[in-house]
Amino acid sequence: MKFVDEYRDQQAAKRLADEIAKTVSHRWTLMEVCGGQTHAIMKYGIDQLLPDNLELLHGPGCPVCVTPAEIIDQAIEIADAPNVILCSFGDMMRVPGTHTSLNGAKASGADVRIVYSPLDAVEIATRAPEKQVVFLAIGFETTAPTTAMAVHRAKKLGLQNFSMLISHVRVPPALEALLTSPGPKIDAFLAAGHVCAIMGFTEYFPISRKHQVPIVVTGFEPIDILQGILMAVRQLEEGRADVENQYARVVNERGNQQAQAIMACVFENTSQVWRGIGALSKSGLKLTREYEAFDARARFNLGASRKEETSASVCVSGKVLRGVKKPIDCPAFGRKCTPEHPLGATMVSSEGACAAYFRYSRKRD
Amino acid sequence: MCLAVPGELLDLSTENGLPTGRVSFGGVIKLICLAYTPEATPGDYVLVHAGFSISTIDETEAVNRLASFGDIALQGGGA
Repeated sequence: MKFVDEYRDQQAAKRLADEIAKTVSHRWTLMEVCGGQTHAIMKYGIDQLLPDNLELLHGPGCPVCVTPAEIIDQAIEIADAPNVILCSFGDMMRVPGTHTSLNGAKASGADVRIVYSPLDAVEIATRAPEKQVVFLAIGFETTAPTTAMAVHRAKKLGLQNFSMLISHVRVPPALEALLTSPGPKIDAFLAAGHVCAIMGFTEYFPISRKHQVPIVVTGFEPIDILQGILMAVRQLEEGRADVENQYARVVNERGNQQAQAIMACVFENTSQVWRGIGALSKSGLKLTREYEAFDARARFNLGASRKEETSASVCVSGKVLRGVKKPIDCPAFGRKCTPEHPLGATMVSSEGACAAYFRYSRKRD
Repeated sequence: MCLAVPGELLDLSTENGLPTGRVSFGGVIKLICLAYTPEATPGDYVLVHAGFSISTIDETEAVNRLASFGDIALQGGGA
């Protein structure tokens, strides 16, 4: 097995879709949490394989999409300071801040570099001791252990010229917020498999129990997603609300203990603003006291990030992130707003729901 | 963003004090940090995100899950 082709088998997909259609007798609404799953659903046309009375809502699990514009502004402010190298994952380069993007700052002369791994940013810092190297640390629990290791390593090396601008987000508080805020009723969640690879899924037991909502930890290939949907609708039809694991080849209940141990040393929970959603308690990460010397906000005197998002444009990306609206409900979709000229972050990131709709649904017409 | 790609671990080494290995993604080979999957041995498939292996893929679980849904088309697929 190579763990890719086996999960893209058309016959198996057809069988699962038939089984889902046979199983569903009521109208159900499922939300896939992760943008990677949204991308796969649109790419492989999984939504078109499902019966009419089964609706998929697209969740907020796109870290690029939920990063507040203020963080981009702060990253640009840092990048524009003298003797700074700002390092970022490539996904963040085109995200619009208030006035420009990191790409815009780079075009204006700032030293902004794309790295594959946060450890690459530490490596740059060791080679350029005369520069301040700042890593823009965004991402869910999947990514947090990689940035935690970067800080951990910088501390071990005694690097004085490395710091991180952190805007990490955690999934469980977002699920709670979606279940308790006004908006469409969500009957079941497909939880984000790679977040659970790190965190396991014990955090979801109380959420499932409290809200009587099935949660199925689900992978990212077409067969994974169809299996996850089938497991969720079986629960709904049987009147159960359990946490189940479709992605057992990657995820176990307790998650990755080594990764969690480093995260616990480096990070602690904090309130975090989500673009389009607002501030959610304990939904973000900040450095613990032991590592706070590596906080770029303090090093560059930026102050805390607590500004609420405002959006004056016609863009409905905030509602898309909460599952309240679909991309095609937006008057700007595909006209004023395209991946080349995005109005909102859900059109910027390839995993944003708007970008996925733009890229794939147009091919179907 | 949470994209993670399965690849085959080819060998083990140490880079800058961190456990590391070469991982092949369909022939494209990259050096990957193995600090979070110390149990991985050459020949295992690991799931890689942002330069880190975050999980060793459990082939038994993979086969069991596919079999439980009757998706046995893959059994004929060989290794």
